[in-house]
Amino acid sequence: MTPEAPNSLLAFVAGIGQRAVGAVREVGYLSALLFEAFYWLLMGHRRRQPVRLRAIFKEAVGVGVNAIPIVGLASFATGMMLAIQGIYSLRTFGAEDQVVLGIALSVTREFAPLITGIFVAGRSGSAIAARIGTMQISQEIDALRVIGINPVRYLVAPLLAAMLLTLPALTIMSDLLALLGGALYCAGELSLPPAIFFSRVFEALVIDDVLQGVAKSLVFAVVITLIGCGNGFGVTAGAEGVGRATTRAVVLGSIGIILADMVFTFLTSR
Amino acid sequence: MSSHAIEVCDLVTHYGPRKILDEINFTAAQGEIMVIMGGSGSGKSTLLRHLLGLHQPTSGSIKLLGKDITKMSADEMFDLRKNMGVAFQGGALFNSMTVGENVELPLREHTKLDDATIKIMSRMKLEVVNLAGFEDLMPSELSGGMIKRAALARAIVMDPKLLFFDEPSAGLDPVASAELDDLILTLRDAMNMTIVVVTHELESAFKIADSITVLDQGRILMSDRTPAVRASTHPRIRALLDRTPRSDVLDADEYMERLTREVS
Repeated sequence: MTPEAPNSLLAFVAGIGQRAVGAVREVGYLSALLFEAFYWLLMGHRRRQPVRLRAIFKEAVGVGVNAIPIVGLASFATGMMLAIQGIYSLRTFGAEDQVVLGIALSVTREFAPLITGIFVAGRSGSAIAARIGTMQISQEIDALRVIGINPVRYLVAPLLAAMLLTLPALTIMSDLLALLGGALYCAGELSLPPAIFFSRVFEALVIDDVLQGVAKSLVFAVVITLIGCGNGFGVTAGAEGVGRATTRAVVLGSIGIILADMVFTFLTSR
Repeated sequence: MSSHAIEVCDLVTHYGPRKILDEINFTAAQGEIMVIMGGSGSGKSTLLRHLLGLHQPTSGSIKLLGKDITKMSADEMFDLRKNMGVAFQGGALFNSMTVGENVELPLREHTKLDDATIKIMSRMKLEVVNLAGFEDLMPSELSGGMIKRAALARAIVMDPKLLFFDEPSAGLDPVASAELDDLILTLRDAMNMTIVVVTHELESAFKIADSITVLDQGRILMSDRTPAVRASTHPRIRALLDRTPRSDVLDADEYMERLTREVS
Protein backbone atom coordinates (compact mmCIF):
# COMPACT_ATOMS: atom_id res chain seq x y z
CA MET A 1 0.00 0.00 0.00
CA THR A 2 1.30 3.45 -0.88
CA PRO A 3 1.80 5.88 1.98
CA GLU A 4 -0.89 8.14 0.45
CA ALA A 5 -3.65 5.57 0.79
CA PRO A 6 -4.39 5.86 4.51
CA ASN A 7 -4.15 9.63 4.20
CA SER A 8 -6.65 9.88 1.38
CA LEU A 9 -8.93 7.42 3.16
CA LEU A 10 -8.68 9.52 6.27
CA ALA A 11 -9.42 12.66 4.30
CA PHE A 12 -12.42 10.91 2.72
CA VAL A 13 -13.82 9.86 6.09
CA ALA A 14 -13.08 13.28 7.55
CA GLY A 15 -14.85 14.85 4.58
CA ILE A 16 -17.97 12.77 5.23
CA GLY A 17 -17.81 13.72 8.90
CA GLN A 18 -17.50 17.42 8.13
CA ARG A 19 -20.42 17.27 5.72
CA ALA A 20 -22.54 15.46 8.28
CA VAL A 21 -21.69 18.04 10.95
CA GLY A 22 -22.46 20.79 8.44
CA ALA A 23 -25.84 19.25 7.62
CA VAL A 24 -26.76 18.84 11.28
CA ARG A 25 -25.68 22.42 11.95
CA GLU A 26 -27.83 23.68 9.08
CA VAL A 27 -30.89 21.77 10.27
CA GLY A 28 -30.31 23.17 13.75
CA TYR A 29 -29.96 26.70 12.38
CA LEU A 30 -33.15 26.40 10.31
CA SER A 31 -35.05 25.05 13.32
CA ALA A 32 -33.91 28.03 15.38
CA LEU A 33 -35.00 30.31 12.53
CA LEU A 34 -38.44 28.67 12.48
CA PHE A 35 -38.78 28.99 16.23
CA GLU A 36 -37.75 32.65 16.15
CA ALA A 37 -40.13 33.47 13.29
CA PHE A 38 -43.05 31.94 15.18
CA TYR A 39 -41.93 33.71 18.34
CA TRP A 40 -42.15 37.11 16.62
CA LEU A 41 -45.49 36.25 15.02
CA LEU A 42 -46.98 35.37 18.40
CA MET A 43 -45.06 37.60 20.82
CA GLY A 44 -44.03 40.55 18.64
CA HIS A 45 -46.78 42.80 19.97
CA ARG A 46 -45.74 42.22 23.56
CA ARG A 47 -42.12 43.04 22.69
CA ARG A 48 -43.25 46.24 20.93
CA GLN A 49 -42.00 44.84 17.65
CA PRO A 50 -45.13 43.53 15.94
CA VAL A 51 -45.15 41.67 12.65
CA ARG A 52 -47.20 44.02 10.53
CA LEU A 53 -50.27 42.83 8.64
CA ARG A 54 -49.30 45.09 5.78
CA ALA A 55 -45.98 43.29 5.41
CA ILE A 56 -47.76 39.92 5.50
CA PHE A 57 -50.20 40.99 2.78
CA LYS A 58 -47.41 42.38 0.66
CA GLU A 59 -45.55 39.09 0.85
CA ALA A 60 -48.77 37.17 0.25
CA VAL A 61 -49.25 39.02 -3.03
CA GLY A 62 -45.66 38.30 -4.02
CA VAL A 63 -45.53 34.60 -3.20
CA GLY A 64 -49.21 33.71 -3.53
CA VAL A 65 -51.32 35.92 -5.78
CA ASN A 66 -48.61 36.39 -8.39
CA ALA A 67 -48.10 32.62 -8.53
CA ILE A 68 -51.73 31.97 -9.53
CA PRO A 69 -51.23 31.97 -13.34
CA ILE A 70 -48.24 29.64 -13.39
CA VAL A 71 -49.55 27.25 -10.73
CA GLY A 72 -52.98 27.31 -12.37
CA LEU A 73 -51.62 26.47 -15.81
CA ALA A 74 -49.38 23.71 -14.47
CA SER A 75 -52.26 22.22 -12.48
CA PHE A 76 -54.66 22.28 -15.42
CA ALA A 77 -52.09 20.58 -17.65
CA THR A 78 -51.31 18.00 -14.97
CA GLY A 79 -54.98 17.14 -14.55
CA MET A 80 -55.34 16.67 -18.28
CA MET A 81 -52.17 14.59 -18.43
CA LEU A 82 -53.47 12.36 -15.62
CA ALA A 83 -56.67 11.84 -17.58
CA ILE A 84 -54.77 10.93 -20.75
CA GLN A 85 -52.49 8.48 -18.94
CA GLY A 86 -55.31 7.10 -16.81
CA ILE A 87 -57.59 6.39 -19.75
CA TYR A 88 -54.72 4.86 -21.70
CA SER A 89 -53.72 2.47 -18.93
CA LEU A 90 -57.26 1.63 -17.76
CA ARG A 91 -58.37 0.86 -21.30
CA THR A 92 -56.39 -2.39 -21.06
CA PHE A 93 -58.91 -3.53 -18.48
CA GLY A 94 -61.88 -1.87 -20.16
CA ALA A 95 -62.30 0.25 -17.04
CA GLU A 96 -61.92 3.75 -18.49
CA ASP A 97 -64.80 4.96 -16.29
CA GLN A 98 -62.66 4.42 -13.19
CA VAL A 99 -60.29 7.16 -14.34
CA VAL A 100 -62.37 9.69 -12.41
CA LEU A 101 -61.53 8.05 -9.10
CA GLY A 102 -57.85 7.88 -9.99
CA ILE A 103 -57.69 11.55 -10.96
CA ALA A 104 -59.68 12.69 -7.92
CA LEU A 105 -57.48 10.90 -5.39
CA SER A 106 -54.09 11.51 -6.99
CA VAL A 107 -54.80 15.20 -7.57
CA THR A 108 -56.04 16.07 -4.11
CA ARG A 109 -53.67 13.88 -2.13
CA GLU A 110 -50.52 14.27 -4.20
CA PHE A 111 -50.28 16.30 -7.35
CA ALA A 112 -51.92 19.58 -6.33
CA PRO A 113 -49.80 20.19 -3.22
CA LEU A 114 -46.64 18.89 -4.90
CA ILE A 115 -46.99 21.00 -8.04
CA THR A 116 -47.89 24.08 -6.01
CA GLY A 117 -44.94 23.49 -3.70
CA ILE A 118 -42.41 22.92 -6.48
CA PHE A 119 -43.51 25.96 -8.44
CA VAL A 120 -43.55 28.26 -5.42
CA ALA A 121 -40.13 26.93 -4.40
CA GLY A 122 -38.82 27.72 -7.87
CA ARG A 123 -40.46 31.12 -8.07
CA SER A 124 -40.17 32.40 -4.52
CA GLY A 125 -37.50 30.27 -2.80
CA SER A 126 -34.88 31.66 -5.16
CA ALA A 127 -36.25 35.20 -4.96
CA ILE A 128 -36.18 35.11 -1.16
CA ALA A 129 -32.60 33.85 -1.07
CA ALA A 130 -31.52 36.46 -3.62
CA ARG A 131 -33.25 39.30 -1.78
CA ILE A 132 -31.93 38.44 1.67
CA GLY A 133 -28.49 37.56 0.28
CA THR A 134 -28.22 40.93 -1.49
CA MET A 135 -29.33 42.70 1.68
CA GLN A 136 -26.67 40.77 3.57
CA ILE A 137 -23.80 41.88 1.33
CA SER A 138 -24.95 45.50 1.04
CA GLN A 139 -25.09 45.75 4.87
CA GLU A 140 -28.86 46.25 4.79
CA ILE A 141 -29.27 43.47 7.37
CA ASP A 142 -26.78 45.28 9.63
CA ALA A 143 -28.69 48.50 9.02
CA LEU A 144 -31.91 46.80 10.14
CA ARG A 145 -30.24 45.56 13.30
CA VAL A 146 -28.76 48.93 14.24
CA ILE A 147 -32.10 50.64 13.65
CA GLY A 148 -33.47 48.17 16.18
CA ILE A 149 -35.41 46.02 13.73
CA ASN A 150 -34.90 42.32 14.22
CA PRO A 151 -34.22 40.88 10.73
CA VAL A 152 -36.13 37.66 11.48
CA ARG A 153 -39.14 39.62 12.67
CA TYR A 154 -39.00 42.00 9.71
CA LEU A 155 -38.05 39.66 6.88
CA VAL A 156 -38.77 36.04 7.84
CA ALA A 157 -41.90 36.20 10.00
CA PRO A 158 -44.15 38.04 7.47
CA LEU A 159 -42.96 35.72 4.74
CA LEU A 160 -43.66 32.62 6.80
CA ALA A 161 -47.15 33.86 7.63
CA ALA A 162 -47.78 34.71 3.98
CA MET A 163 -46.61 31.28 2.83
CA LEU A 164 -48.74 29.51 5.45
CA LEU A 165 -51.76 31.48 4.25
CA THR A 166 -51.30 31.33 0.50
CA LEU A 167 -49.88 27.87 -0.12
CA PRO A 168 -53.02 26.03 1.15
CA ALA A 169 -55.16 28.43 -0.90
CA LEU A 170 -53.05 27.83 -3.99
CA THR A 171 -53.30 24.10 -3.35
CA ILE A 172 -57.11 24.19 -3.29
CA MET A 173 -57.09 26.22 -6.47
CA SER A 174 -54.71 23.70 -7.97
CA ASP A 175 -57.12 20.89 -6.91
CA LEU A 176 -59.98 22.52 -8.77
CA LEU A 177 -58.04 23.40 -11.91
CA ALA A 178 -56.42 19.96 -12.18
CA LEU A 179 -59.84 18.35 -11.83
CA LEU A 180 -61.16 20.73 -14.47
CA GLY A 181 -58.35 19.69 -16.83
CA GLY A 182 -59.22 16.04 -16.23
CA ALA A 183 -62.93 16.72 -16.67
CA LEU A 184 -62.46 18.48 -20.00
CA TYR A 185 -60.33 15.69 -21.41
CA CYS A 186 -62.81 13.06 -20.22
CA ALA A 187 -65.62 15.05 -21.81
CA GLY A 188 -63.90 14.83 -25.16
CA GLU A 189 -62.49 11.33 -24.96
CA LEU A 190 -65.18 9.47 -23.00
CA SER A 191 -68.14 11.79 -23.75
CA LEU A 192 -68.49 12.19 -20.01
CA PRO A 193 -70.22 15.51 -19.19
CA PRO A 194 -68.15 17.60 -16.77
CA ALA A 195 -71.14 17.84 -14.41
CA ILE A 196 -71.20 14.06 -14.05
CA PHE A 197 -67.39 14.00 -13.75
CA PHE A 198 -67.50 16.41 -10.84
CA SER A 199 -70.41 14.70 -9.11
CA ARG A 200 -68.45 11.44 -9.26
CA VAL A 201 -65.38 13.23 -7.94
CA PHE A 202 -67.28 14.56 -4.94
CA GLU A 203 -68.77 11.10 -4.37
CA ALA A 204 -65.32 9.51 -4.39
CA LEU A 205 -63.55 12.06 -2.21
CA VAL A 206 -63.75 12.29 1.53
CA ILE A 207 -62.76 15.46 3.30
CA ASP A 208 -59.56 13.82 4.54
CA ASP A 209 -58.24 13.52 0.99
CA VAL A 210 -58.38 17.26 0.51
CA LEU A 211 -57.14 17.99 4.00
CA GLN A 212 -54.13 15.76 3.49
CA GLY A 213 -53.13 17.87 0.52
CA VAL A 214 -53.68 21.08 2.44
CA ALA A 215 -51.68 19.79 5.42
CA LYS A 216 -48.83 18.92 3.07
CA SER A 217 -48.88 22.42 1.66
CA LEU A 218 -48.36 23.83 5.17
CA VAL A 219 -45.25 21.66 5.57
CA PHE A 220 -44.02 22.82 2.15
CA ALA A 221 -44.62 26.46 3.12
CA VAL A 222 -42.28 26.05 6.09
CA VAL A 223 -39.67 24.20 4.01
CA ILE A 224 -39.59 26.82 1.22
CA THR A 225 -39.46 29.78 3.62
CA LEU A 226 -36.73 28.36 5.84
CA ILE A 227 -34.50 27.15 3.03
CA GLY A 228 -34.88 30.42 1.12
CA CYS A 229 -34.23 32.63 4.14
CA GLY A 230 -31.51 30.42 5.63
CA ASN A 231 -29.51 30.44 2.42
CA GLY A 232 -29.98 34.18 2.03
CA PHE A 233 -28.68 34.94 5.53
CA GLY A 234 -25.72 32.61 4.91
CA VAL A 235 -24.37 34.69 2.01
CA THR A 236 -20.88 36.03 2.67
CA ALA A 237 -18.95 36.16 -0.58
CA GLY A 238 -20.43 38.95 -2.68
CA ALA A 239 -22.42 38.56 -5.86
CA GLU A 240 -21.11 35.07 -6.48
CA GLY A 241 -22.36 34.07 -3.04
CA VAL A 242 -25.83 35.39 -3.86
CA GLY A 243 -25.89 33.30 -7.04
CA ARG A 244 -24.84 30.20 -5.15
CA ALA A 245 -27.43 30.79 -2.41
CA THR A 246 -30.16 31.24 -5.02
CA THR A 247 -29.34 27.99 -6.76
CA ARG A 248 -29.04 26.20 -3.45
CA ALA A 249 -32.40 27.53 -2.28
CA VAL A 250 -34.17 26.17 -5.36
CA VAL A 251 -32.41 22.80 -5.39
CA LEU A 252 -32.65 22.19 -1.65
CA GLY A 253 -36.18 23.62 -1.55
CA SER A 254 -37.42 21.29 -4.28
CA ILE A 255 -35.70 18.20 -2.91
CA GLY A 256 -36.81 19.17 0.60
CA ILE A 257 -40.41 19.29 -0.60
CA ILE A 258 -40.21 15.89 -2.28
CA LEU A 259 -38.56 14.27 0.75
CA ALA A 260 -41.04 15.88 3.15
CA ASP A 261 -43.84 14.70 0.87
CA MET A 262 -42.53 11.14 0.95
CA VAL A 263 -42.27 11.08 4.74
CA PHE A 264 -45.65 12.76 5.16
CA THR A 265 -47.38 10.38 2.74
CA PHE A 266 -45.76 7.39 4.40
CA LEU A 267 -46.94 8.50 7.83
CA THR A 268 -50.50 9.43 6.85
CA SER A 269 -51.43 6.93 4.17
CA ARG A 270 -50.82 3.65 5.96
CA MET B 1 -17.12 58.75 34.69
CA SER B 2 -20.61 58.88 33.33
CA SER B 3 -20.01 62.14 31.44
CA HIS B 4 -18.50 60.04 28.67
CA ALA B 5 -20.83 59.16 25.87
CA ILE B 6 -18.61 56.27 24.89
CA GLU B 7 -16.25 54.37 27.14
CA VAL B 8 -14.38 51.31 25.92
CA CYS B 9 -12.42 49.27 28.48
CA ASP B 10 -9.91 46.50 27.77
CA LEU B 11 -11.73 45.37 24.66
CA VAL B 12 -10.36 42.16 23.14
CA THR B 13 -11.97 40.53 20.12
CA HIS B 14 -11.25 37.51 17.99
CA TYR B 15 -12.29 36.38 14.55
CA GLY B 16 -12.06 32.61 14.81
CA PRO B 17 -8.66 31.94 16.39
CA ARG B 18 -7.24 35.26 15.14
CA LYS B 19 -7.06 38.17 17.53
CA ILE B 20 -8.34 41.31 15.81
CA LEU B 21 -8.45 43.89 18.59
CA ASP B 22 -6.26 43.87 21.66
CA GLU B 23 -6.61 45.91 24.86
CA ILE B 24 -8.63 48.72 23.33
CA ASN B 25 -9.24 51.61 25.75
CA PHE B 26 -10.68 54.96 24.82
CA THR B 27 -13.40 57.42 25.71
CA ALA B 28 -15.40 60.00 23.84
CA ALA B 29 -17.04 62.92 25.61
CA GLN B 30 -20.62 64.00 25.07
CA GLY B 31 -20.95 66.29 22.06
CA GLU B 32 -17.56 65.70 20.53
CA ILE B 33 -16.47 64.26 17.22
CA MET B 34 -14.16 61.31 17.69
CA VAL B 35 -12.38 60.04 14.63
CA ILE B 36 -11.14 56.48 14.58
CA MET B 37 -8.24 56.41 12.18
CA GLY B 38 -6.06 53.66 10.87
CA GLY B 39 -4.89 51.95 7.73
CA SER B 40 -6.55 48.99 6.04
CA GLY B 41 -6.61 45.97 8.31
CA SER B 42 -5.96 48.05 11.41
CA GLY B 43 -9.19 46.75 12.93
CA LYS B 44 -11.16 49.99 12.74
CA SER B 45 -14.13 48.43 10.97
CA THR B 46 -14.18 45.62 13.52
CA LEU B 47 -14.08 48.15 16.33
CA LEU B 48 -17.02 49.99 14.78
CA ARG B 49 -19.04 46.77 14.47
CA HIS B 50 -18.46 46.11 18.16
CA LEU B 51 -19.45 49.66 19.10
CA LEU B 52 -22.67 49.05 17.17
CA GLY B 53 -23.35 45.89 19.14
CA LEU B 54 -23.25 43.71 16.03
CA HIS B 55 -20.68 41.33 17.55
CA GLN B 56 -19.98 40.02 21.02
CA PRO B 57 -16.39 40.73 22.13
CA THR B 58 -14.12 38.12 23.73
CA SER B 59 -13.64 40.30 26.80
CA GLY B 60 -13.83 43.89 27.96
CA SER B 61 -16.68 46.32 28.13
CA ILE B 62 -18.25 48.91 25.83
CA LYS B 63 -20.31 51.57 27.56
CA LEU B 64 -22.57 53.70 25.41
CA LEU B 65 -24.36 56.55 27.20
CA GLY B 66 -23.29 54.97 30.48
CA LYS B 67 -24.62 51.47 29.80
CA ASP B 68 -22.51 48.41 29.07
CA ILE B 69 -23.79 46.97 25.80
CA THR B 70 -21.88 43.71 26.25
CA LYS B 71 -24.05 42.81 29.25
CA MET B 72 -27.32 44.19 28.01
CA SER B 73 -30.58 42.32 27.52
CA ALA B 74 -32.17 42.39 24.08
CA ASP B 75 -34.87 44.77 25.31
CA GLU B 76 -32.36 47.22 26.79
CA MET B 77 -30.38 47.12 23.56
CA PHE B 78 -33.60 47.75 21.63
CA ASP B 79 -34.19 50.90 23.69
CA LEU B 80 -30.60 52.08 23.34
CA ARG B 81 -30.75 51.68 19.55
CA LYS B 82 -33.33 54.47 19.40
CA ASN B 83 -30.55 56.75 20.61
CA MET B 84 -28.03 55.51 18.05
CA GLY B 85 -27.80 56.42 14.39
CA VAL B 86 -25.51 54.69 11.92
CA ALA B 87 -24.51 55.67 8.40
CA PHE B 88 -22.81 52.72 6.74
CA GLN B 89 -20.00 52.99 4.24
CA GLY B 90 -22.10 51.98 1.25
CA GLY B 91 -25.17 53.69 2.67
CA ALA B 92 -27.03 50.40 3.16
CA LEU B 93 -30.26 52.03 2.07
CA PHE B 94 -33.04 49.50 1.60
CA ASN B 95 -33.17 49.07 -2.14
CA SER B 96 -36.80 48.05 -2.24
CA MET B 97 -37.92 51.35 -0.68
CA THR B 98 -37.82 54.94 -1.87
CA VAL B 99 -35.41 57.39 -0.26
CA GLY B 100 -38.31 58.88 1.72
CA GLU B 101 -39.47 55.47 3.00
CA ASN B 102 -35.91 54.69 4.02
CA VAL B 103 -35.69 57.81 6.14
CA GLU B 104 -39.17 57.25 7.58
CA LEU B 105 -38.55 53.64 8.59
CA PRO B 106 -37.02 54.24 12.06
CA LEU B 107 -39.91 56.58 12.92
CA ARG B 108 -42.47 54.07 11.73
CA GLU B 109 -40.90 51.27 13.75
CA HIS B 110 -40.20 53.15 16.94
CA THR B 111 -42.90 55.78 17.26
CA LYS B 112 -46.67 55.92 17.06
CA LEU B 113 -46.70 59.22 15.19
CA ASP B 114 -49.25 59.69 12.45
CA ASP B 115 -48.33 59.46 8.81
CA ALA B 116 -48.26 63.20 8.11
CA THR B 117 -45.95 63.94 11.05
CA ILE B 118 -43.60 61.15 10.03
CA LYS B 119 -43.45 62.49 6.48
CA ILE B 120 -42.75 66.04 7.67
CA MET B 121 -40.06 64.92 10.11
CA SER B 122 -38.28 62.85 7.50
CA ARG B 123 -38.47 65.70 4.98
CA MET B 124 -36.88 67.98 7.58
CA LYS B 125 -33.94 65.61 7.82
CA LEU B 126 -33.68 65.39 4.05
CA GLU B 127 -33.53 69.21 4.08
CA VAL B 128 -30.66 69.02 6.57
CA VAL B 129 -28.63 66.84 4.21
CA ASN B 130 -29.64 68.89 1.13
CA LEU B 131 -31.76 66.17 -0.41
CA ALA B 132 -35.11 67.95 -0.28
CA GLY B 133 -37.39 66.80 -3.05
CA PHE B 134 -35.61 63.51 -3.61
CA GLU B 135 -37.85 61.43 -1.35
CA ASP B 136 -39.68 59.66 -4.16
CA LEU B 137 -36.54 58.41 -5.88
CA MET B 138 -35.23 54.89 -5.44
CA PRO B 139 -31.73 54.46 -3.95
CA SER B 140 -30.49 53.06 -7.27
CA GLU B 141 -31.27 56.42 -8.89
CA LEU B 142 -28.96 58.37 -6.56
CA SER B 143 -25.27 59.21 -6.93
CA GLY B 144 -22.70 57.98 -4.41
CA GLY B 145 -22.64 61.23 -2.49
CA MET B 146 -26.42 61.42 -2.40
CA ILE B 147 -26.66 57.87 -1.09
CA LYS B 148 -24.31 58.76 1.77
CA ARG B 149 -26.34 61.85 2.59
CA ALA B 150 -29.61 59.92 2.45
CA ALA B 151 -28.10 57.32 4.77
CA LEU B 152 -27.09 60.16 7.08
CA ALA B 153 -30.65 61.51 7.02
CA ARG B 154 -31.95 58.06 8.02
CA ALA B 155 -29.33 57.86 10.77
CA ILE B 156 -30.35 61.18 12.35
CA VAL B 157 -34.11 60.97 11.86
CA MET B 158 -34.67 59.84 15.45
CA ASP B 159 -32.41 62.67 16.74
CA PRO B 160 -29.96 60.20 18.26
CA LYS B 161 -27.46 61.11 20.94
CA LEU B 162 -24.85 58.95 19.24
CA LEU B 163 -24.04 58.97 15.56
CA PHE B 164 -21.67 56.54 13.88
CA PHE B 165 -20.34 57.22 10.42
CA ASP B 166 -18.31 54.66 8.52
CA GLU B 167 -15.90 56.09 5.92
CA PRO B 168 -17.88 59.21 4.96
CA SER B 169 -15.43 60.26 2.27
CA ALA B 170 -14.69 56.86 0.72
CA GLY B 171 -15.57 56.86 -2.96
CA LEU B 172 -16.52 60.54 -3.10
CA ASP B 173 -14.96 63.40 -5.03
CA PRO B 174 -13.15 66.04 -2.90
CA VAL B 175 -16.01 68.53 -3.07
CA ALA B 176 -18.71 66.07 -2.03
CA SER B 177 -16.43 64.80 0.69
CA ALA B 178 -15.81 68.32 2.03
CA GLU B 179 -19.55 68.99 2.02
CA LEU B 180 -20.14 65.88 4.07
CA ASP B 181 -17.49 66.99 6.56
CA ASP B 182 -19.25 70.32 6.98
CA LEU B 183 -22.51 68.50 7.49
CA ILE B 184 -20.98 66.42 10.28
CA LEU B 185 -19.71 69.57 11.99
CA THR B 186 -23.13 71.16 11.68
CA LEU B 187 -24.78 68.16 13.28
CA ARG B 188 -22.49 68.29 16.26
CA ASP B 189 -23.07 72.01 16.77
CA ALA B 190 -26.80 72.06 16.07
CA MET B 191 -27.83 68.85 17.78
CA ASN B 192 -25.03 68.28 20.29
CA MET B 193 -24.53 64.75 19.02
CA THR B 194 -21.58 62.62 19.92
CA ILE B 195 -20.25 61.52 16.57
CA VAL B 196 -17.86 58.68 15.85
CA VAL B 197 -16.34 58.76 12.39
CA VAL B 198 -14.26 55.90 11.06
CA THR B 199 -11.98 56.99 8.28
CA HIS B 200 -8.57 56.68 6.71
CA GLU B 201 -8.78 60.12 5.08
CA LEU B 202 -6.29 62.35 6.90
CA GLU B 203 -7.50 65.66 5.64
CA SER B 204 -11.08 64.95 6.54
CA ALA B 205 -10.07 63.54 9.94
CA PHE B 206 -8.13 66.65 10.99
CA LYS B 207 -10.83 68.96 9.71
CA ILE B 208 -13.66 67.49 11.78
CA ALA B 209 -12.09 65.71 14.75
CA ASP B 210 -12.14 66.96 18.32
CA SER B 211 -10.17 63.91 19.29
CA ILE B 212 -8.57 61.11 17.35
CA THR B 213 -7.97 57.47 18.13
CA VAL B 214 -5.28 55.90 15.99
CA LEU B 215 -5.48 52.16 15.48
CA ASP B 216 -2.69 50.01 14.15
CA GLN B 217 -2.72 46.24 13.87
CA GLY B 218 -5.53 45.90 16.35
CA ARG B 219 -4.00 48.11 19.02
CA ILE B 220 -4.44 51.72 19.94
CA LEU B 221 -1.36 53.78 19.18
CA MET B 222 -2.78 56.94 20.55
CA SER B 223 -6.09 58.42 21.64
CA ASP B 224 -5.97 62.12 22.33
CA ARG B 225 -7.15 65.59 21.31
CA THR B 226 -6.52 66.44 17.68
CA PRO B 227 -3.58 68.87 18.17
CA ALA B 228 -1.73 66.33 20.33
CA VAL B 229 -2.14 63.66 17.66
CA ARG B 230 -0.97 66.06 14.98
CA ALA B 231 2.12 66.85 17.01
CA SER B 232 2.86 63.24 17.89
CA THR B 233 6.37 61.96 17.32
CA HIS B 234 5.43 58.27 17.48
CA PRO B 235 7.06 56.74 14.38
CA ARG B 236 3.97 54.75 13.32
CA ILE B 237 1.69 57.76 13.69
CA ARG B 238 4.14 59.92 11.80
CA ALA B 239 4.25 57.28 9.07
CA LEU B 240 0.47 57.42 8.84
CA LEU B 241 0.38 61.22 8.88
CA ASP B 242 3.25 61.72 6.48
CA ARG B 243 2.10 58.87 4.26
CA THR B 244 5.42 57.08 4.35
CA PRO B 245 5.40 53.38 3.60
CA ARG B 246 5.89 50.99 6.47
CA SER B 247 9.54 50.12 7.06
CA ASP B 248 9.34 47.71 9.95
CA VAL B 249 12.27 45.51 10.72
CA LEU B 250 11.17 42.00 9.92
CA ASP B 251 11.20 39.68 12.90
CA ALA B 252 12.52 36.45 11.39
CA ASP B 253 11.00 34.08 13.94
CA GLU B 254 7.61 35.71 13.79
CA TYR B 255 7.73 35.65 10.02
CA MET B 256 8.47 31.92 9.95
CA GLU B 257 5.73 31.29 12.49
CA ARG B 258 3.20 33.15 10.35
CA LEU B 259 4.16 31.21 7.25
CA THR B 260 4.03 27.78 8.84
CA ARG B 261 1.23 28.18 11.37
CA GLU B 262 -1.65 26.81 9.31
CA VAL B 263 0.45 24.07 7.72
CA SER B 264 1.79 22.02 10.60
